[in-house]
Amino acid sequence: MSIRNKYESELRLVFDKLIAMCHATELAIEKSITALQKRDRTLSHEVMDEDKYIDNMEREIEQDCLKILLMEHPVASDFRDVSAALKMITDLERIADQAADISEISLQFGEEEFIKEPEHIAQMATLAIGMVKDGVNSYINRDIEMARSLDSRDDRVDLLFETVKADLIGLIREDSANADQAILFMMIAKYLERIGDHAVNIGEWAEYAATGYHKIG
Amino acid sequence: MKVFTENMTITAKDCNLYYGDFHALRDINISIPGKKVTALIGPSGCGKSTFLKIFNRMNDLVEGCRITGEYRIGEIDIFDKTTDINLLRKNVGMVFQKPNPFPMSIYDNIAFAPRTFGIKRKDELDEIVRTSLQKAGIWDEVKDRLRKSALGISGGQQQRLCIARALAASPRVLLMDEPTSALDPISTGKIEELTDELKKEITILIVTHNMQQATRIADMTAFFLLGELVEYGTTDRIFSCPSDKRTENYITGRFG
Repeated sequence: MSIRNKYESELRLVFDKLIAMCHATELAIEKSITALQKRDRTLSHEVMDEDKYIDNMEREIEQDCLKILLMEHPVASDFRDVSAALKMITDLERIADQAADISEISLQFGEEEFIKEPEHIAQMATLAIGMVKDGVNSYINRDIEMARSLDSRDDRVDLLFETVKADLIGLIREDSANADQAILFMMIAKYLERIGDHAVNIGEWAEYAATGYHKIG
Repeated sequence: MKVFTENMTITAKDCNLYYGDFHALRDINISIPGKKVTALIGPSGCGKSTFLKIFNRMNDLVEGCRITGEYRIGEIDIFDKTTDINLLRKNVGMVFQKPNPFPMSIYDNIAFAPRTFGIKRKDELDEIVRTSLQKAGIWDEVKDRLRKSALGISGGQQQRLCIARALAASPRVLLMDEPTSALDPISTGKIEELTDELKKEITILIVTHNMQQATRIADMTAFFLLGELVEYGTTDRIFSCPSDKRTENYITGRFG
């Protein structure tokens, strides 16, 4: 195998692992929201337990990328691919942490009836999952348009967050006894809003890998 | 006759060079900043060494070589009839791939150019020998054997001796043609550090096949291919985001 082919197969391996990590992260968000909706404590624990596997995936990809940087001294688009992968796994790992945090909060609801069904939160989760998936796909496929579209999709997540916040403030005003649950829902919504931000970061690194341009701020 | 000044910008305008019928350099236009290191990169036979040698007119000695275009170092027109070629070569030093010390003592190697330019006083020559060897980072290694043959020191030391010999003429520009390709990593590191030090005073053009070397030491990088200057810019940009696909393919090892 030529040196170039060896390098390309190493990079393909990073891509494959990144796709697997992305898939595991999407699943973690999905399961954390399902566990919330269905009051499924076992599923919440599952998400929290599985977070360490995603942490391990991050470390493995990180090692692979550092080894490529050390051994191959990549430049130009090769360098951008590897450095973007290194940055993106940090965002994916944080997203998985936030899914685990959502699960931990879900456990605090106990057996009490919800003050409001978390429909907007579920919508935020669906949007965020799609953004994470498309962020990584835009990197793999060098799809600059898709990467750039994440910014406006994040605006929709932010809008839903504002809706959730307004609903919860209204519920607290109606009855201060709603405050305990309202705070928990608010935290979950905030985590989802942050997941949207991380997905935007992933899109920005995808754009950097494809073009060399990285948005500042 | 114009004299060499502080302005050491090197420019080539509509540069074309032929070896007989072979068109070795094609329509090259470039402005190389003074007191910086500029790396010339490209596959073997792309014309980078040919381009380098224009600036101290070494190609004059090549039979059948014809050059058109305008070439300047600062205000000096290199090919102007009034330009003194000996003065040009005093101001534009050259270091080759293979160290080429003269078969004489270390001292006499360094004192060779100053003597040629009429310096005879021993104390003056001693001073030039010492400072040149110090600037080339080899003084401590050879100060106790200055009268010994220059052929008796290691390859890395010989190369730094050759740099010291070039510096003894107080050049404004130093041309380096793959100066470390025959050296071990330690000697290579010393010469790379030396270029970083020397650029405070002189302009350096270096031909290198070592991409990491270009990224380590060069402020600017020019990529040559088949006699053309494909791309020229800051080393940072060339190696992170080249604008020409041919540059990208070469530096990432897809060809060459």
